[in-house]
Amino acid sequence: MAHVMDGGDMDRAIRRIAHEILEKNRGLEDIVLLGIQTRGVPLAERLALALEGIEGSAVAAGSLDIGLYRDDLDKRPKTELGATKVPGPIGGKTVILVDDVLYTGRTIRAALDALADIGRPNRVQLAALVDRGHRELPIRPDYVGKNVPTSRNERISVRLVEMDGEDGVVIESREEA
Amino acid sequence: MNHFLTIEGLTADDLNGLLDDADEFVEVLHRPIPKVPALRGKTVATMFFEPSTRTKMSFEKAAKALSADTMSFSPGTSSLSKGESLKDTVLTVKAMGTDAMVVRHKATGAPWRIAEWIDQPVLNAGDGAHQHPTQALLDSLTIRQHFGTLEGLKIGIVGDIRHSRVARSDIQAFSTLGADVTMVAPRTLLPVDPHVFDATASENLDEVLEDFDVVYVLRVQAERGGASVFPSLSEYTDRYGITKERFARLKPEAIVLHPGPMNRGVEIEGAVADDPRALILDQVFNGVAVRMAVLFRLLGGERNE
Repeated sequence: MAHVMDGGDMDRAIRRIAHEILEKNRGLEDIVLLGIQTRGVPLAERLALALEGIEGSAVAAGSLDIGLYRDDLDKRPKTELGATKVPGPIGGKTVILVDDVLYTGRTIRAALDALADIGRPNRVQLAALVDRGHRELPIRPDYVGKNVPTSRNERISVRLVEMDGEDGVVIESREEA
Repeated sequence: MNHFLTIEGLTADDLNGLLDDADEFVEVLHRPIPKVPALRGKTVATMFFEPSTRTKMSFEKAAKALSADTMSFSPGTSSLSKGESLKDTVLTVKAMGTDAMVVRHKATGAPWRIAEWIDQPVLNAGDGAHQHPTQALLDSLTIRQHFGTLEGLKIGIVGDIRHSRVARSDIQAFSTLGADVTMVAPRTLLPVDPHVFDATASENLDEVLEDFDVVYVLRVQAERGGASVFPSLSEYTDRYGITKERFARLKPEAIVLHPGPMNRGVEIEGAVADDPRALILDQVFNGVAVRMAVLFRLLGGERNE
């Protein structure tokens, strides 16, 4: 098991991403952050706080559950659905999807399908705390906390105070996990 | 969970888990495009051996909102009238390629028999006077949306409890979720042995009316013999009908539910049915969401054998 990020690294990465979002979008206007269930949701809230800290105005943040849009439902154990809470209409807005780990891209594909049923944003951007590679679809992130080259038999585990009692990112091989 | 046949045996956690999923499907049903791809490629057959429009349409809408295909069966136009057995009918429809069957039958236990014949999920949409478990879920969801919880609520179920699968399923669900249930009916319409239910019984609506947070009005079911035990419908209305006068005596925050179809002017007065505190159309809407939750639980994800 190797530590990839600690709590301080995560804070700094989130603050940097906040600055990049502001730079790329020239401010906060029409920005909606949507955290992908489950660990993307607290990350989106932290990002919203960081943006508010810089710009001094609140940014809309919500959650998106993609359980109903997976392309591998038949191969997965059943899970309870998470909440989808979209703060107001997203038509014409810039939606920034927030997730903890970007891997095959299939979660993001599902999230884009879910978004299309909810509204028609002007643009969609993607922020991931960790990009571990191994994409299976033509999807790329706009904002990355840390690029972590991995092999497929490793597991990246993002731990968040809100859900796990501590902050940190660790990498473990399947055998250890 | 491989089938959904009865409320009996489900825990409060089981029920609340399904209701939590149903809350998410309520959100889906409010989207501009109220449809998700979760059950794409699956086929749900609605096998209604007893007439029904609302429950059948509700299941079909639920399946379609999950992107499943639906096939339907109606006894009047089928080979049942040519003497085909129930088992042959079911196996024939299954052979066309179904993934789940929704069954309504006038015979108690029919969905259990069908579940023995086919190796795919069976959903009970009402069997005889026995169970109607998705109705209990939609009623529980409607109450939970309104009050936040069923814990500690006083719920009065008024009417033909003896012949009612709705009452049987509801009493089990409401009491499991922590509500305090009272059955209100003339003795002839109370269960033969009221003690088998986790509920108290009363024959006098006017004595208990003011305690209730929820008044659940059952339909007078002429087709199940429910009317014959009463001298006249107007006498029923006098003693057990939810009239404007009785409605005015309820707690100000109390709500009224009815499973439909209503006999306006018999068990419920029209003005009560149209009051904003009668959540009858919310029940209908929630029916689609809870049926989505059950279909998704049974067909979404790996089969748990």
